[in-house]
Amino acid sequence: MSFYLIAWAIVLSAASGLPLLFLKRRGRAARAGQLAGTGILVIACVAGFVGAASALFEPASVSYILPWPSVGDGLLGLDPLSAFFLVLIFFVAPLSSVYSLGYAQAGRNPRTSRRMQLFFGLLVAGMSLLVIARHALVFLLGWETMALSAYFLIASEDEKLENRRAGFVYLVATHCGTLALFGMFALWRMATGSFELSPVSSMEGGALCGIVLLSLFGFGVKAGLMPLHFWLPGAHAAAPSHVSALLSGVMLKMGVYGIIRMLGLLPVLPVFWGVLVLALGIVSGILGVAYALAQHDLKRLLAYHSVENIGIILMGLGTALLGRAWGRSDIVALAMGGCLLHIWNHGLFKSLLFFGAGSVLRATGTRQIDKLGGLIKSMPWTAAFFALGAVAICGLPPLNGFISELLIYLGIFGGLSQSGTLAALTSLAAPCLAMIGALAVACFVKATSATFLGSARAPEAGRGREASASMLLPMGVLAAACAAIGFAPGLVASALDAAVGSWNGKHALALPGIATLAPLNYIGYAGIALVSAAALISLAIALRRPRRRRELGQSGICRSGPTWDCGYAAPTGRMQYTASSFARGLVGMFSWALKPSPEPTKLHGAYPAPVVLETEVVDGVLGRVIGPCARVLGALSRRARRFQQGLTQQYVLYILLALVVLLLTLIPAGGLSGLAAAK
Amino acid sequence: MLIIHLVILLALPPLLLGVIGKTKAVFAGRRGPPLLQAYRDIAKLLRKALVISETTSWIFQAAPAVTLVAVFLAGLLVPFGPSPAPLAFSGDMILFAYLFGLSRFFTTAAALDTGSAFEGMGSAREATFACLTEPALFLVFIALAKETGSLSLTKMLRSGSLLFDAAAAPPLVLVCIGLFIVLLSENSRIPVDDPCTHLELTMIHEAMILDHSGPLLGLIEYSASMKLLVLESVLVTLALPFGSGVAAIDSCIFVAETLVLAMAIGVVESVMARLRMRRVPYLLTGALLLCGSGFILIVR
Repeated sequence: MSFYLIAWAIVLSAASGLPLLFLKRRGRAARAGQLAGTGILVIACVAGFVGAASALFEPASVSYILPWPSVGDGLLGLDPLSAFFLVLIFFVAPLSSVYSLGYAQAGRNPRTSRRMQLFFGLLVAGMSLLVIARHALVFLLGWETMALSAYFLIASEDEKLENRRAGFVYLVATHCGTLALFGMFALWRMATGSFELSPVSSMEGGALCGIVLLSLFGFGVKAGLMPLHFWLPGAHAAAPSHVSALLSGVMLKMGVYGIIRMLGLLPVLPVFWGVLVLALGIVSGILGVAYALAQHDLKRLLAYHSVENIGIILMGLGTALLGRAWGRSDIVALAMGGCLLHIWNHGLFKSLLFFGAGSVLRATGTRQIDKLGGLIKSMPWTAAFFALGAVAICGLPPLNGFISELLIYLGIFGGLSQSGTLAALTSLAAPCLAMIGALAVACFVKATSATFLGSARAPEAGRGREASASMLLPMGVLAAACAAIGFAPGLVASALDAAVGSWNGKHALALPGIATLAPLNYIGYAGIALVSAAALISLAIALRRPRRRRELGQSGICRSGPTWDCGYAAPTGRMQYTASSFARGLVGMFSWALKPSPEPTKLHGAYPAPVVLETEVVDGVLGRVIGPCARVLGALSRRARRFQQGLTQQYVLYILLALVVLLLTLIPAGGLSGLAAAK
Repeated sequence: MLIIHLVILLALPPLLLGVIGKTKAVFAGRRGPPLLQAYRDIAKLLRKALVISETTSWIFQAAPAVTLVAVFLAGLLVPFGPSPAPLAFSGDMILFAYLFGLSRFFTTAAALDTGSAFEGMGSAREATFACLTEPALFLVFIALAKETGSLSLTKMLRSGSLLFDAAAAPPLVLVCIGLFIVLLSENSRIPVDDPCTHLELTMIHEAMILDHSGPLLGLIEYSASMKLLVLESVLVTLALPFGSGVAAIDSCIFVAETLVLAMAIGVVESVMARLRMRRVPYLLTGALLLCGSGFILIVR
């Protein structure tokens, strides 16, 4: 039953762009088409969500055969691990689509609205298909549908050069990744004898090594793992915000899904691979958040935070691999549970934050946080939701981010009770995760405060006005979900148990339940106590009545005035600390990796001339590795261009030469004499 | 037991400030304010009127309450002396550390909410230095967890009794020194921050609260002193593991120990100058390395 719901959801969401395609581009007809498309997508996703949620608790994994004669049978299957990712897709996608009703109204964007609607539906369908694929080619079909739809969505506002370039970089990156996946599945076919994705109990070492490395590369490009993340900031900044939310919240997770799925199918890997994945996660986490700190662009900042969160997710996965290698079921349950829960959580709060950023962008027309400020007054709801998302993404109690980080921490600490020096040293990941957390707090205090708090720094910030209901509603739903997981973490424990159990498959090790391993109840109660007590104290202060007039002075219990600013009477918005100055110390601390552009010369003389300070942090991988390599490749290609003159005669000559060469290869090894001898 | 814990947690903190102040006064040859001055200050502030900047929002007013509650909850997770903490579960030290993260989020955001450049400076410094103290704290946790095989503060901090074992003591001594530096930094004491200057350029914590007044300032002062007690109790329980076995006497010993540690902080503040701001990361990295070396020694 649940499988058919999901199948229908895939078909319907793929078709959700059709109504708009056959209607006029402008005016009411376009609006009706967008409403119809969104309606279809929402219905599809609700059906899919119901199916996926019930499949989470169905014990056996089911397989279905999709007749596809030319490649053998295309297998589809549904197990709790697939269902876990489907729940995320079908939860975020409809919210994102509803958000687009207010954010990108069809009638107002006649050029882009059709393709956005069409490819949005295809993206959802592609992602859902690859998650339920159990056959390499079906998987790749879903994968490429997803990757190409995402390209058209990223480049949808292609009148800007920046967006076209971001789209191109993404396209190149995703195809490099897909190339690695082709290689990986070819190896898989060689090693197992079929394209079917089912668990194998043993595999020859070389093939195993190749499969793990190729899938880490191929899926890592999509997930945005640190050295392979270079396409991500540009693409997420260029895409319309509701698409950024889906890309960052859900599509990156498809890369993670690929890694998790492949590692789940393989036999138990030696400790080395766990350490490698853990180390990759730490690098992604720390450098991701360090790059985020140096950004001035709100959406690029959020994009780098995705790199950081993928790092945290991989830290969980690496620890789970270690636990499996050590035969420690408690570590597997905790770390893998944390990894999976963080996948959900990041999908929730990152979409929420991108929606918030989108509302700000739509109201003010700028993404530069150093031009914003004070928007909490004109956009109170957006600000509140963004602040909630910020607390959640920092992994702070009492929200959902803390729960998943807690599980990962507990998994990491599990290594301490394992004998052996290496096992104990892997727990050094805990201080690294703590550092990521502290850096994230710095970064999100910076982003939230510079955007919403204080006063306006530039005229743009004065244009703030509250987003429409169709944009606020999805934010509210996501915020409620973040709070619900934070306050009642016991709710998700059984879903996590099912998904972890299905990942661990036949390597199990009977897994203990997460609720018995982690103090989820305590955390939930502590969160509720924290919020209610803080609310009570705040209320008590706000509702205070004066008791003795004398002590209060003449002006009553509470009055307002300008910011004191140490006695300076006329503070202006431009005198505030900017986001760049806030991050300067930390950016300096990480200058070995970030290489910020040099600061300008000092001021001279008693009446110095005005000086402008602009700092820019170029992405290290894109700017210093990929860029130069691409230039060299381009220069070499230009040399090859002289063979392509456009003259027909020349091409005939090429054909002739090619024929001669081919004929020469037909001559057997013995040469002409051998030919004669054969006669 | 819970009641004794609550009484200590709620009533003792301002006295620590008094003890530090008195110690510094003795060193300077002054008489100094009375020991109970901090109680009077807080009580007075709670009764006063508020002046709130027009630039601020609800975050500015919510931050002191969130900070107080977060620090109070953290105080319930840490044992005061040999008796167990009121709330003890496996992994409580993670919640302990992250509650301080929550309070830092709100304190720094509230400072930026005023739109004042000075408060921005303070908040940037606070956020920057925390990126070094938090990992140091977690290094302490993994060292103690490795030593005791437990993931709960109550049991982890009992490893202090190993301090009297010549073979096991060296790593714990390193960890304790690192923890002391973390304590000074997190509570904005000299040599990281100067709690006594009331002009803006030099400071971290005091710079962030320039615009808070009345009850909000009272809450901030109270939760700052409570944070001092909570972090002191971690160090005291670990480094001075003395107990009699009788709960009431143990609590008295604990209170005496925290007062002694407060005096030690007063001595440090009297004999040292505040470090230059760009030197502070070196000190904190030193703490990080001390805790890390302690952990490596335990694992070895």
